[in-house]
Amino acid sequence: MGQAELLGVSHMATTAADFEVRRHDSFGLRVQHTLHGNPVLGPLAVLILAIIAFSIVNVRFFSAANLSLVLLQVTVIATIALGQTLIILTAGIDLSAGAIAVFSSVLMAQFCVKAGMPAVLALLLGFACGTAMGALNGMLVTRIKLPPFIVTLGTLTIFFSLNSVVSNSETVRGSDMPPLMTWTGDAFGIGGFQLTYGSIIMLLLFGYFFYALGRTAWGRHVYATGDDVEAARLAGIRTGRVLFSVYTVAGLLYAIGGWILIGRLASASPNVGTEYNLDSITAVVLGGTSLFGGRGGVLGTLIGALIVGVFRNGLQLAGVEVVWQGFAIGLLVLIAVSLDQWIRKVKG
Amino acid sequence: MRRLMAVAGCVTLALAGAACNRGTGEPVAGLITKTDTNPFFVTMKKGAQQAADQQGLELQTFAGKVDGDNESQVQAIENLISFGAIGFLITPNDSKAIVPSLDRAHKAGMLVIALDTPVDPPDAADATFATDNYQAGKLIGEWAKAKFAKDGKQAKIAMLDLNPNQVSVDVKRDQGFLAGFGIPNGDPNKIGDENDPRISGHDVTDGNEEGGRTAMENLLQKDPSINLVYTINEPAAAGAYQALKAAGREKDVTIVSIDGGCPGVDNVANGVIGATSMQFPIKMAELGVEAIAQYAKDGTKPQNTAGKDFVDTGVQLITDDPQAGVEAKDSAWGKQNCWG
Repeated sequence: MGQAELLGVSHMATTAADFEVRRHDSFGLRVQHTLHGNPVLGPLAVLILAIIAFSIVNVRFFSAANLSLVLLQVTVIATIALGQTLIILTAGIDLSAGAIAVFSSVLMAQFCVKAGMPAVLALLLGFACGTAMGALNGMLVTRIKLPPFIVTLGTLTIFFSLNSVVSNSETVRGSDMPPLMTWTGDAFGIGGFQLTYGSIIMLLLFGYFFYALGRTAWGRHVYATGDDVEAARLAGIRTGRVLFSVYTVAGLLYAIGGWILIGRLASASPNVGTEYNLDSITAVVLGGTSLFGGRGGVLGTLIGALIVGVFRNGLQLAGVEVVWQGFAIGLLVLIAVSLDQWIRKVKG
Repeated sequence: MRRLMAVAGCVTLALAGAACNRGTGEPVAGLITKTDTNPFFVTMKKGAQQAADQQGLELQTFAGKVDGDNESQVQAIENLISFGAIGFLITPNDSKAIVPSLDRAHKAGMLVIALDTPVDPPDAADATFATDNYQAGKLIGEWAKAKFAKDGKQAKIAMLDLNPNQVSVDVKRDQGFLAGFGIPNGDPNKIGDENDPRISGHDVTDGNEEGGRTAMENLLQKDPSINLVYTINEPAAAGAYQALKAAGREKDVTIVSIDGGCPGVDNVANGVIGATSMQFPIKMAELGVEAIAQYAKDGTKPQNTAGKDFVDTGVQLITDDPQAGVEAKDSAWGKQNCWG
């Protein structure tokens, strides 16, 4: 692989750079260093370029109403991808993310409609269930020392099947639920922007974890564990505890995503979200977080989720057939991973 | 508790590599659905179970893990062959890929009946019991045409289809609706090739609420003047309604759909859906089981509806806003006959 992997991020000769390394850093190497220090820049450039391109293709795209719509459309997946980011930062992966979110939303609905609990209690219990599911993943990863991929592959199947059992495969309608359950879907306008409370919650969560990862000991431990678990352990970090906390917190975030999902659909449906597991990984990868752990962050994930939303919405407005929308997203993922590989080759 | 024990026993036996048959001594009939999560198939299973109890058959049920999961269905047929079942009902996940397994079942002397979705070629099954999906689409198309003619409105149509794969149920409903509305089908086997100014756009929904909402939001951005929405099924319609409501357009946009599930009929009653075409999964399953029982008795096979290559289990238009020249029942009738 060479600098050509920088597709669309910069324009440079691929040959010159290879020979000029010793004299002074070529443009390509400087880009490599800059991205290594700020993994968010690549995805941000892609997002901005995509917005510009789609605005040129269709004037409707660049309007307050449409842009706030894209934010609304990615709110649920971004919340789930936030939890996924924490896990991927520790070099793990969570295939059960979507299953926990959807199952939590179904449980909340069942608690208040079938069991007749007050809304607040049903909601908190739903959060507790999501947290418990995350904790189960964390326990299997840290105590029984199974690879995260295998653990979450197993729990994904279990959670989805319990989801069908508990819900009886039936959707609970929003009109049968207390207003608190669907409150996340209520919108208010700022100028031409329509924001929902769900989007606000999502943005606040991103803000908090941006702070927690960058400014707290826990955040540093997460990065250290992901970068080199053995070195972290020798440095006195209790890596088992860090991993367990990450999976547990992710479970809570997925459950909050489930609550936002109820608001968006004005119902709790057991049959949605089957693709959230992989979609959340897509958002994280597009956001420049490395699957090898220890590099990246939550800001990139928000941008990654927005990239997917912008592409889906923009391609539809541009009149591109649905078949090619998936193709475009898949291509973006491959470019993002190649870029990540290329950045990692930077000489320290 | 006993059921739990039976399940646990089955799992143990299955792990030990033995076939698990409750061994009631009754002849075995099979039901293989696309998934066991969709209420349509859950209802179908109930109907088949009731009919099997009446006919003195033991029903063994199987399902794919997700929509499109052919492998689980192939395994289910292998199991039924090893049980020595008399015959089975199948809603194929992959109409073409399942055919070799059906041929093996035929060699074992079984009666093979396709439910809801035909196999390809259709005669690879002994009979097909299904909704006429083209007709289901046509009914809501005719209803919408009459309504818009009466109101003197020019239609701007959003087409919310299933997925990009152009599967037969998706194509037939989509094309049936357009034909019913008076928009000529281009290629009747292809979605999206009609170039009519009344069609604002197509998008896919995966047949669920979330997909319906996102697709509707995007199409509204593309053409804010949309006033008629065709949806592949009622969950997609419910999602589309949420998008219209968020845009403040729910009052002046008409949604039509297909399914006849109880939540969908509720949505007809409270004005979310203008009209829906009801299908009858219980009837499908009952007729199928009865055909297997008949075959067990004297070896006769079911006959197709005249002029069609399947047994038409009927569709019924449900609406509380009836239009002249389009036969319909109201949502009260729908409530009594809905499924799920």
